[in-house]
Amino acid sequence: MWLYVGIVIFGGAVSGAWPGFGQLTKEAGLVKNLLVRFFEWFGDLGVFCWRLARSALTPPYEIRELIRQLDAIGAMSLPLVALAGAATGVVLSLETSNSLARFGAKSMLPEVIVFSIIKESGPVITGLVVSGRVGAGIGAELGSMKVTEQIDAMDASAVDPYRYLAVTRVLACILMMPLLTLAADFCGIFMGWIATTLSHSVSLRYFLNHGLQEVGFSDFIPPVLKTTVFGAIIGIVACFQGMRTTGGTEGVGRSATSSVVLSSLFVILADVILVKLILMFFP
Amino acid sequence: MRNDSTQSTIEVGALKKSFGAQRVLNGIDFQVEQAETLAVLGKSGAGKSVLLKLIIGLQQPDSGSVKIQGEEIAALKPDQLSEVRKKIGYLFQNGALYDSLSVEDNVAFPLSHNTKMPAAERKEKAKELLASVGMERDLNKMPSELSGGMQKRVGLARALALDPEILLFDEPTAGLDPITADEIGELIIGLKKQRKMTAVVVTHDIHGVKKFADRLVLLQDGEIALEGTFADMQKSKKEFVVRFLKDAC
Repeated sequence: MWLYVGIVIFGGAVSGAWPGFGQLTKEAGLVKNLLVRFFEWFGDLGVFCWRLARSALTPPYEIRELIRQLDAIGAMSLPLVALAGAATGVVLSLETSNSLARFGAKSMLPEVIVFSIIKESGPVITGLVVSGRVGAGIGAELGSMKVTEQIDAMDASAVDPYRYLAVTRVLACILMMPLLTLAADFCGIFMGWIATTLSHSVSLRYFLNHGLQEVGFSDFIPPVLKTTVFGAIIGIVACFQGMRTTGGTEGVGRSATSSVVLSSLFVILADVILVKLILMFFP
Repeated sequence: MRNDSTQSTIEVGALKKSFGAQRVLNGIDFQVEQAETLAVLGKSGAGKSVLLKLIIGLQQPDSGSVKIQGEEIAALKPDQLSEVRKKIGYLFQNGALYDSLSVEDNVAFPLSHNTKMPAAERKEKAKELLASVGMERDLNKMPSELSGGMQKRVGLARALALDPEILLFDEPTAGLDPITADEIGELIIGLKKQRKMTAVVVTHDIHGVKKFADRLVLLQDGEIALEGTFADMQKSKKEFVVRFLKDAC
């Protein structure tokens, strides 16, 4: 039952046509259509990934465009990611401070903030912020290039658009996500300390010593590295949605929206799986 | 497959293409010889632009064949198709300029990706090409700063960047004022004389066809209603041809 509902909702998301639930029960044809689109989408995504891998692994390599994308995707996202990380740190401090006080464990506040941010909040917040900013940007940019025949023009000029447009963006997402996560972690911990010290004075040294004393390799590295998977998801979904755009400017809007919706959804789903795997391999 | 002296530069045979239930091309056959300019005419939605995309391999036919200098386009591997595409220049209907690149970079783009030409030489060649279409003063402008006619000129310069043997024009004069349309027509005639290129021109511009086309095909309901010279078209008694000619003039 849940699988069925999931397929219908996902089919609606990829087709851009969300049916009313009353309508669903009446129109079996619509449900069938959504099911077909659901499987078609995954089939097309598989073909896209295969072409992407082939273009990524064979020369020539588009180094200049990759550097441009590292800047556009990484450097340009930094302020937003830092702000989101900082806000998370402040909220964590305010919320957990009261909760811990109830259990007489307020002295554990630095550890709770640092662990929450490093292990989960930092990577997930970064993933969602980047999927919003970068996913929409890539979806709209490539969608616009598709409907104005710029991608066809590239193909006609004997330049592989998968290599030039998609591989560079996907690689840039994969490479920049861990760095952005580190920035979010840093801002979150720092602003967590600021928020804590505003309510009762705590030195930064004390906050960091307590917060980081129990943090080991397995607490820090795997969560940061799992964001490379988030980066791959954001890049692949956004490029795929952008490069299959149809229907003029309306289609560009649909691609931008579906890039954000689908990449956010997959980031959250991937997080569930990756957390389970990390706990299995780094108990 | 090797070239031989008798084969046409472009051979299209029994070409069919549908989009869903809509059949756009229903068994098209024609050839274009070396240094010949063929105009493709027809009503809007007759499949003229689709035909060009099938010729260059941007779309796959449902059935039939497209051969460029004897090579079957649909049977080529991606790297082989790239080699064939280097011999073809394509002017898109709206220019299709890369909007994140300047005019000069747009023209240099095929050179930087398909040749080992040094940057300074690429720059020089881009300037020369832009000068040949009267755009030498707009090197640093972005495509959004150009008018429709200017975008088509830059698109033409980009299409010529790799010194192609074949040129495909998709509505080169559509949406332009008569003077600019005439200038683009003159450019096509100039190219034909200077470079002896084979060209397929999809157009509605019947006055242009008179000037630059050696032969024409007129599409109707996915089939060829007429193939011949402009004089043959004028002589034709077919109702569709007569009506098309009357409306176009």
